[in-house]
Amino acid sequence: MKKLSMLSILMAVVSLTFSQASLAACDEIHLGSAISLTGKYATNGIHAKNGYEYAIQKIKENGGVMVDGKCYNFKVTYYDDESKGDRGATLAERLISQDKVQYMLGPYSSGMTKAIAPVTEKYKIPMVEAEGASRSLFNKGYKYLFAVLSTSEQYLASAVTLAAEMAEKQGKKASSVKVAIAVENDPFSLDIRAGVSEDAARYGMKVVIDEKLPRDLSDMSAILTKVKLLKPDLLIVSGHSKGAATAVRQIDEQNIKVPMIAITHCEAADVTGKFGDAANDILCSTQWAETLAYKDPLFGSASEYEMDFKKVYSEYKDKKVPYQTAQATAAVYVFKDAFERAGSLDKEKVRDAISETDLMTFYGGIKFSAAGNNVAKPMVLRQIQDGKYNVVAPSAFASHKLNWPRK
Amino acid sequence: MDQILGNIGLLLEFPVVNLKIVLDGIMVGALFALAAYGLALVWGVMNVKNLAQGDFVISGGYVSWWLVQHGFPALLGVPIAFVVMWGIGWVVYKLVISRVIERDLFTSLLATFGLAIMMAQILNLLFGSDTQSVDLDYDVLYFFDGFIDVPIAKLIGVLMATALAAGVIIFMKSSRMGQAIRATAQDARAARVMGIDTEKVYAFTFSLNSAICGAAGAIIVMVWVIQPFYGISYSIRAFVIVTAAGLGNLPGVIAAGLGIGALEQYGAHIFGIGYQQAIAVMLLLLVLLVRLIQQRRNRQVLK
Repeated sequence: MKKLSMLSILMAVVSLTFSQASLAACDEIHLGSAISLTGKYATNGIHAKNGYEYAIQKIKENGGVMVDGKCYNFKVTYYDDESKGDRGATLAERLISQDKVQYMLGPYSSGMTKAIAPVTEKYKIPMVEAEGASRSLFNKGYKYLFAVLSTSEQYLASAVTLAAEMAEKQGKKASSVKVAIAVENDPFSLDIRAGVSEDAARYGMKVVIDEKLPRDLSDMSAILTKVKLLKPDLLIVSGHSKGAATAVRQIDEQNIKVPMIAITHCEAADVTGKFGDAANDILCSTQWAETLAYKDPLFGSASEYEMDFKKVYSEYKDKKVPYQTAQATAAVYVFKDAFERAGSLDKEKVRDAISETDLMTFYGGIKFSAAGNNVAKPMVLRQIQDGKYNVVAPSAFASHKLNWPRK
Repeated sequence: MDQILGNIGLLLEFPVVNLKIVLDGIMVGALFALAAYGLALVWGVMNVKNLAQGDFVISGGYVSWWLVQHGFPALLGVPIAFVVMWGIGWVVYKLVISRVIERDLFTSLLATFGLAIMMAQILNLLFGSDTQSVDLDYDVLYFFDGFIDVPIAKLIGVLMATALAAGVIIFMKSSRMGQAIRATAQDARAARVMGIDTEKVYAFTFSLNSAICGAAGAIIVMVWVIQPFYGISYSIRAFVIVTAAGLGNLPGVIAAGLGIGALEQYGAHIFGIGYQQAIAVMLLLLVLLVRLIQQRRNRQVLK
C-alpha cells in the first residue's frame, strides 16, 4: 500500500516536471465516423469533419478528457461514405466490427443518419450526431442515437411563437393570429409544416391557407393572391432554394403586405444578392449564428468560437463559419462531458451519461429528450435587415430587434 | 373539400381576382405557346416528337442568365439566346436528329428522351442545381387597389414573345425558306422532286425551333425562375398544347397556349398550387379521349 502511494507521488512529480510529456501520455478514446467526403454532400460533410477535428484539438490543448482521474484524447477514424446510404451502413458496420469502435460521431444529412442508426442501434453503440434533423429519426425508439441540433419541425415553429409575442404586445390575443402555410411536398418541408401547425394549434391560431408546393415550382402567384385576400398575419414558405427565390420575387411583385414572413433556404437561394431590398424584413431560420450570446468554458462565446476556428482553418477566413461546423464541434463536446460524468469507458455507462446531458455550450443548450433529440436549443430566426442577416429570435440571445410589421 | 369551396367562394366574393388569374394565365400561356409552336413545327415538318423541347427552353434561360452574370444587359439575353440556341440546335440536328428522322416513332422518341436527360445533366454540371433568375429593375403597375399587378418585366416578356411569334409567322408565310418548309411539311417526297433540299430544310427547321425555345427561355428567366431539371414541365405543356390544337394550326396553338395558362391558374387557385401541372396533364387526357372518339371512324394501321 505504502509502495503504491510512493509510486503515485513519484508519478505526480514526474508529470509535473515533464508536463509536455504528460500531455502526450494521455490515452486515446477511439471514435468512428462514416461521413461524406465525396459526392453530393461533400461540401457539408467536410464542414462537419472540420468541426469534429477542431473540437478534438481544442480539447487536447485544454488537458484532454478526464475519465476517473485519467486523461484521454479523442481520436477519430473517418471513412468516406461517398454520400450513399448503403455505403454509410456498410462502413458503420466495418467501424464497429473490424476497427472495434465503441462510440460514433454522426454522418452528414438526415438520410445518411437514417442509414447508419439501425447499425449503431444493433451493436448498442452510442452515436452523437450533429447533422440529421429529420423528425423521423426520433420516432423509431432508438436508444443510442443523440442529436445536438434542432429537429426539422422546429425550423419555422419559432416564427409562430414570435408572431404570438408580437400579437400580445399589440394587446391582441395570440389566438387572433392567422397563419398561411405554403410548403413543398417533401419529407423535410412537411416536417416544417407539422411543427408550424402544431404550434399554431397550441396557441389556438387559425390556419387560413395550407398549400403544398410542387417540386418544379416557378410560379406561386395563385397562393399569393389568396394571401392578399385572406390577409394572414404570418406567412410560412418552405420549398428549398426555388421556393425561397420564387416567394421573395413574387411577394415583391404582387406587393404582398404580411406583417411577418418566414422562409427557409434564404442563403442557398441568395435572396439578398439576387433581389436586394425585396428581401428586407423576411425571417430566415438557422440552427446557429455566431452573433448569439451563448458561451461555455471550453470554446468561449459563439463569436470567439468563430474567430478561433478561422485561425485554425484559414480556408474559412473570408466566409462565415457554417452552423454545420459549429454543431459538429458541439457533438464532440457532448462526448467529452458524458465521458467525464460517466467516469468510465463502458459504453452503456457513457450512453446513460449522454442521455442525462444538461450542458450549456457556445452552440446553445443541450439536453436530450427520451427520443434523443435536443430539446434545450431553440431554432434561431434571423431577419434580413438592409441586406444583412441579423438574429432577432430567440429574443433572450438576439443581437437585433425585430422589424415588425414588415413593410 | 372545404378548402376548394372556400376558394371558389373567394372568386365570387372578389370578382376582380378572376381578371388577375386570367391575366397571369395569359402571360404564362404566351410562353407555353412559343415552345409549343416550335414543337408543332418540328413535328409537322420532320415528324419528330421532340421530348427535349423543354430542355431547349431551359438552356436558353441559362444562356441569358450567364450573359447577365457577365455584365450584359438582361434584354439583350433574348436575341443572343436565340442565336446561340440556333447554333446548338443545328449541332444537335447534325449529331442526333438527322439520324432518326427516317426511323419509326419510337426511335425518335427514345433519342429525344435521351437528349433531354443529357441536356439537363449537362446544365446541372455547368451551372449547379440551384434555381436561378434574372431580376429586372423595372416597376410594377398596379390596378384595382393593387389587386392586379403587372410587372413591367412580365409585360416586356410577353411583348417580346408576341413579336417573336409574329416574326416567325411572317417568315413562314412570305420567305422562300418558309415556303420550302411548308412544302416539305405537306409532302417531303414531292418537295424533293420539285428541287427543294429537304435535308437543309430539316436542319433549318430544327435550328429555328431550338432558337424559338431559347428565346422563350431567356424571357422565362426574367419573369420566373429556372433550374436544370425544369425542362420536363415545359415539354409536357408543349405536348398538351400541340395535341389539343393540332399540327399546322397556328392560331389554334396560340389559343390553346393562352387557354392552358389561364386554366392552370384557375386550377391552382381552386385545387391548390400542387395540382397546377396535374390540370395540364388532365387536359391532355381529355383531348386525347375526344380525339379518339372523333377519329373512331377513320382508324388507321400503324406501319
